Amino acid sequence: MASIAQETSSMHEHDVPLELTTEDGSLRILGFWIFLAAEVILFSCLFATYIVMHGMTSGGPTSKALYDVPGFTLETFFLLTSSFTCGIATYEMRRGNKRGVIAWMLITIAFGLGFLGLEIKEFVTDALAGATMQRSGFLSAFFTLVGTHGLHVTMGIFWMASVVIQIAIRGIDTMTSRKMFIVGLYWHFLDVVWIFIFTVVYLTGKVL
Amino acid sequence: MMHQLVHFGDTFLMWKEGPMIWGSDVLIGLTSVGIVFFLLYFKKVKWLWTEWLTTVDHKKIGIMYILAALLMLFRGGTDALLMRSQLAFPNEHFLTAQHYDQIFTTHGTIMILFMAMPFVIGLMNIAVPLMIGARDVAFPYLNAISFWMFFFGAMLFNLSFVLGGSPDGGWTSYPPYVEQMFDPGPGENYYIMGLQIAGIGTIATGVNFLVTILKMRAPGMTLMKMPMFVWSILITSALILFAFPALTVVLAQLLIDRVAGAHFFTTTGGGMPMMYINEFWIWGHPEVYIVILPAFGVFSEVVSTFASKRLFGYSAMVASMVGITVLSFGVWVHHFFTMGAGAAVNSFFGISTMAIAIPTGVKVFNWLSTMWKGRIRFTLPMMWTSAFIPCFVLGGGVTGVMLAVAPADYQFHNSYFLIAHFHYTLIGGTVFGMLAGLTYWWPKMFGFQLDERRGRWAFWWFVIGFNVCFLPQFLLGMMGMTRRMYTYPTGLGWWIPNLISTVGGFMMGVGFLLLVYQIVWSILHQQKDLTGDPWDARTLEWSLPSPAPEYNFARTPVIHGRDEWWYIKRGKFKQEFVEPDIRPIHMPNSTGRPFLLALCMFLVGFGFVFEWYVFVALGLAGVLALMIRRSFEFDYYHYIPALEIRQTEEALGRL
Repeated sequence: MASIAQETSSMHEHDVPLELTTEDGSLRILGFWIFLAAEVILFSCLFATYIVMHGMTSGGPTSKALYDVPGFTLETFFLLTSSFTCGIATYEMRRGNKRGVIAWMLITIAFGLGFLGLEIKEFVTDALAGATMQRSGFLSAFFTLVGTHGLHVTMGIFWMASVVIQIAIRGIDTMTSRKMFIVGLYWHFLDVVWIFIFTVVYLTGKVL
Repeated sequence: MMHQLVHFGDTFLMWKEGPMIWGSDVLIGLTSVGIVFFLLYFKKVKWLWTEWLTTVDHKKIGIMYILAALLMLFRGGTDALLMRSQLAFPNEHFLTAQHYDQIFTTHGTIMILFMAMPFVIGLMNIAVPLMIGARDVAFPYLNAISFWMFFFGAMLFNLSFVLGGSPDGGWTSYPPYVEQMFDPGPGENYYIMGLQIAGIGTIATGVNFLVTILKMRAPGMTLMKMPMFVWSILITSALILFAFPALTVVLAQLLIDRVAGAHFFTTTGGGMPMMYINEFWIWGHPEVYIVILPAFGVFSEVVSTFASKRLFGYSAMVASMVGITVLSFGVWVHHFFTMGAGAAVNSFFGISTMAIAIPTGVKVFNWLSTMWKGRIRFTLPMMWTSAFIPCFVLGGGVTGVMLAVAPADYQFHNSYFLIAHFHYTLIGGTVFGMLAGLTYWWPKMFGFQLDERRGRWAFWWFVIGFNVCFLPQFLLGMMGMTRRMYTYPTGLGWWIPNLISTVGGFMMGVGFLLLVYQIVWSILHQQKDLTGDPWDARTLEWSLPSPAPEYNFARTPVIHGRDEWWYIKRGKFKQEFVEPDIRPIHMPNSTGRPFLLALCMFLVGFGFVFEWYVFVALGLAGVLALMIRRSFEFDYYHYIPALEIRQTEEALGRL
């Protein structure tokens, strides 16, 4: 792995953010970007399946009948806001403000939980109305796509909680700042995916 | 209670299946007892745990990958010989249709995912960090997770033979047949979960090697100064990254169909079986390049080393590999021209498929040009390379272009012509390449060479057997014999070609046994290689002692050009290092958690196979706990003191 020479040489450059000052940190951040590329492919396949199966309702509910405008609008509002507050948390991290990071991350987690609650409510309502994933090909694709995103959000909430605890214990150093930055990348990525779900699934589904 | 036990035994332990299952049970039992006895009697348990199960060293992980690949080659090969025995004569019923289906399914799946893949990943683990002057891969902990995920995925898949029944839907596992309605029971679930677990590990390998190659090259090694094998792995890693998530998705969808009753690929409820086939091949076609490009990389190193010439057309080699990569994502429909997508779609995919022949042809001519006027030394790796070129080009390449002609494919589709074609690419390309690579890097892995004379016996038996086995199959395809038929009637003229093919298959079996004999003989009669460079080779790994010490490079080398080590030996480059003297080296700690994490994933997989969700919950809880434990770990490196490194280097005669 990294020799000391490589690690100390870049230690004192002031314009480099803290999380990129160690070789380990920059390797992991690049690795995470590359991992996100794999995630893009994963969601692309789920989107492709959804688009192909959109009309396969097999006599069950159509997207037009199923999607609830106030519900998914509020979900979108919660998730987009949480991405904004996560951005502020990263900004506070760059300023070295530990309490700011923790506070904004907790707000982010709260919005994330709010989003998750709304999504669970949506799924339960649908299921109770008979729109389960066993009903039709369309619903299988819908629940798998949106559910995979929801599962990612759930993972993200656990992950952010773990990073907040670590920052509370250790403060902002090369390792915690790297973790904070990476979980931020993940969270913003989930936001991007949601924007596609919002347009491709919900908005389009209300029209077509 | 007793009644339930008997029922369980009949259903899942398959006691009524007869002597094949009983024999396997006994063999597995004896082997397990034998291993445990060996470990206890020779007090090797601690050694196994500290040296191997907990290692994060890329060289050891590579060795474990290759060991697993050879074991799986044996298993897949046994399946193949069972099939060939069945087909040697018409009207044979030595295997029932059901058993035959299971055997061709496990043969295909194991050979591609649990033999070719780990062989490739094993060689890249061993060679890549050494070739770029790095001390390990970018993420050693993740690398160990990748290996153990592959290992337990493969174990889960193999377990199906004696516990619950093997999958029987072919290695492609097409719905609607593999849906719960037509194919109940745990077999297909084994396929799904085994591949899923191993596949996730493979994605992690892709990320790991992309970062390693992009960020951890020694100073001075620009991308265009990398050895060709490293280029092939960089490109392979990108292919893994962009192809494997499609497999993850399609397997998850099939699992959801089977265990939750959804309608992705069912014939009822609005499901679309063709969606599976499209998604599967969006992964599946790049996958064949994932297993062939590293072999191309091996051949490039071997040709240049044993022709004692620099590689001809380096930049054309790189460009053609990139070209193959881009094209490989645009050809998947050629696996099902007969779906009836229409002339326009089939024409597009036919032409894009033929276009792949162009960059591949460029590579072949570059290898030939490298050999041209070189002083060729016909060592074993060079012999495998020389056998590869005609087999791959004529048997694999030319017939591939024939299959790409969509109207003609309506005749060839799913016939033995296709079987012969892809065996010529996968054996003539990948297996020859991996065996060349294994022989080539063996001294770097273990510090002694494999015996040439015994290796030649293995080589000739395997290569001749291979051609005897698969050439007649082109003929059989033309005569109308389709793949996956478990027996055939007399009077069709199929008997003689099939019999010849079977003889060839058993010759390959002899070749494999001779290969094992060669390895065992070489271990028993090893002559220590003290130079570290027995082949008079060209790239950086040969500048190190064999086997390379734990930290690889005592000092980080500075790179001046391609074939750095060759020109240092010839006095054209001066050997230089980043550090003026030996400094302490930062190394990752060994840890047992990757092993445990994959074990928990095995539990999850096992739970899904039998739909016993207690196991799934327990396994996931274990995975989560281990991930949190890792997240809260801040001190996972140690330093090897400079003094210790100096002593090691002195003992190796390097100071």
